[in-house]
Amino acid sequence: MLINWYRFSSPVSFYPLAGTGAHVFGVLAALFAGAGLFVALYAAPTDATQGDAYRIIYLHVPAAWMAMFIYLVMAGWSAAALGFNARLSAMMAQALAPTGALMAALALWTGAFWGRPTWGTYWAWDARMTSTLILLFLYLGIIALRNAIEDPRRADRACALLALVGAVNVPIIYFSVRWWNTLHQGSSISLTVAPKMAMTMVTGILVMTAAAWCYTIAVTLMRVQAIIVERERGATWLDSLIDLRRRDGIGRSSA
Amino acid sequence: MNSTDTRDIDAQRAATSPADDAADDARASVLRAFGWSLARDLRIAMRSKAELGVQLLFYVIVVSLFPLSTSPSRDVLGMLGPGVLWTAALLASLLSLPRLFASDFTDGTLEQIALSPRPLPALVSGKIAAHWLTTGLPVAVMAPLLGAQYALDGEALSMLAIALLLGTPILSLLGAIGAALTLGARGGGGLLALLVLPLYAPVLIFGAGAVDAVRAGVSASAHLSLLGAGLIVAIIAVPFAAATAVRIALD
Amino acid sequence: MSEFLAMGGYAWYVWMSYGAAAIAVIVEVAALRSRRKRAFDDLRMTSAAAGPVTNVRGAR
Repeated sequence: MLINWYRFSSPVSFYPLAGTGAHVFGVLAALFAGAGLFVALYAAPTDATQGDAYRIIYLHVPAAWMAMFIYLVMAGWSAAALGFNARLSAMMAQALAPTGALMAALALWTGAFWGRPTWGTYWAWDARMTSTLILLFLYLGIIALRNAIEDPRRADRACALLALVGAVNVPIIYFSVRWWNTLHQGSSISLTVAPKMAMTMVTGILVMTAAAWCYTIAVTLMRVQAIIVERERGATWLDSLIDLRRRDGIGRSSA
Repeated sequence: MNSTDTRDIDAQRAATSPADDAADDARASVLRAFGWSLARDLRIAMRSKAELGVQLLFYVIVVSLFPLSTSPSRDVLGMLGPGVLWTAALLASLLSLPRLFASDFTDGTLEQIALSPRPLPALVSGKIAAHWLTTGLPVAVMAPLLGAQYALDGEALSMLAIALLLGTPILSLLGAIGAALTLGARGGGGLLALLVLPLYAPVLIFGAGAVDAVRAGVSASAHLSLLGAGLIVAIIAVPFAAATAVRIALD
Repeated sequence: MSEFLAMGGYAWYVWMSYGAAAIAVIVEVAALRSRRKRAFDDLRMTSAAAGPVTNVRGAR
């Protein structure tokens, strides 16, 4: 079955797909999260050295991975937006940024609460935490730039360029901080888990990561729908949305 | 026949040179654009020497104020010194970045510059070079004098100067991208700082690290090599990114 | 149950983390819902009621 994917490159045709996708991935996210939380909080054995505090990694690791993945995907959409001058690609990048920032913030928060009982400090300047902090700043910068520029198309292109410049910088920053860490004694703190992990632990992390992925996709698709409605104001196809919603009894008519 | 002989000679001359001519023209065009832009921005900057002086004074004051917040002990100051001198250099660079494009943007000159047949990356490079000469270079020269306040010895001070000479151009280059992206945007200097400071982080790490290494008696060659490599990559790549950002801002 | 909540003595750290994640999800979804509502309200206010358009499938 060949799908002509280009058909979905306009906001009009993408909108319903996004709606369906959001529902599907929302359900998947709930299922994965349910299974993952069961493993994380119950089924997985307690760690010998860290006790039950280690259970935070089932949140911390997926969040940190998502913060990184989302940035890469956002950079990909940004490249498409600049390369093809495509509105929808820019909207997807716009939709990804807030969730990415949230993941980065959650990774930092959970990392702090994991670090305190395990290594005695809420914050450690190890390479991953510091890079995640910089990643958070990059996300916030992109969101701030989007809000600061009035013209949406200009904002699209500016944020796309910023995202790409940031993407080049993230590996540089990561390696420079890691290098900086190794030079300074006393930074043997590294918020990683012991390489030998029980199978249940690995499974738990993977399931939670799948949940995070599905959640991100669902939320991003929801957000891009809102962005499409906000930005495509004036297009007549949107009127049909209001009619449909009124017919389905969804939403009250505005006062 | 005579005419065919001349035609043959002309044809020979033409066969060897059109590609070379085009390459020469392109090179000359790039250099001319760079030189014109550099000279113009320097001339404009020299008209308001007071502003340049104020920016340098900002650097001096920030660096001099820091010890008041901690302790005058030489050990503490020695540890803080490289970081403070570098961070203040970052802030001084940030403070002067809006000057790069803003005034040309508001009076429409930037649009004319972008419309000219000259390569925009070359023109932008000229502006960035002028910015460095009037901001980064004075800071790099000033810093060793101030470094004495932080109980840094001669070796550390000369490393500081070298590292700043390598690093401040990178600050000007990266900052130019931020300055171009925020043209005509709300949020002013705060937004620019938010965008640019994360990009500055590696420069800070290696630049301050070089001085720390010398203080610890270790070689700083790795730091300097990385700074140098970063500078080369930035010189090659940033003008294109900055030119793109300028075009985006002018749309 | 109380043993579960106690998390081997690390209750503060574990529940601050899981609680933050729960709050993050709830806040994000709620904020999105209100953003959607606001977008559709703006749309209703600014657009004229047009006839049914047939090029959009099942928007929800």
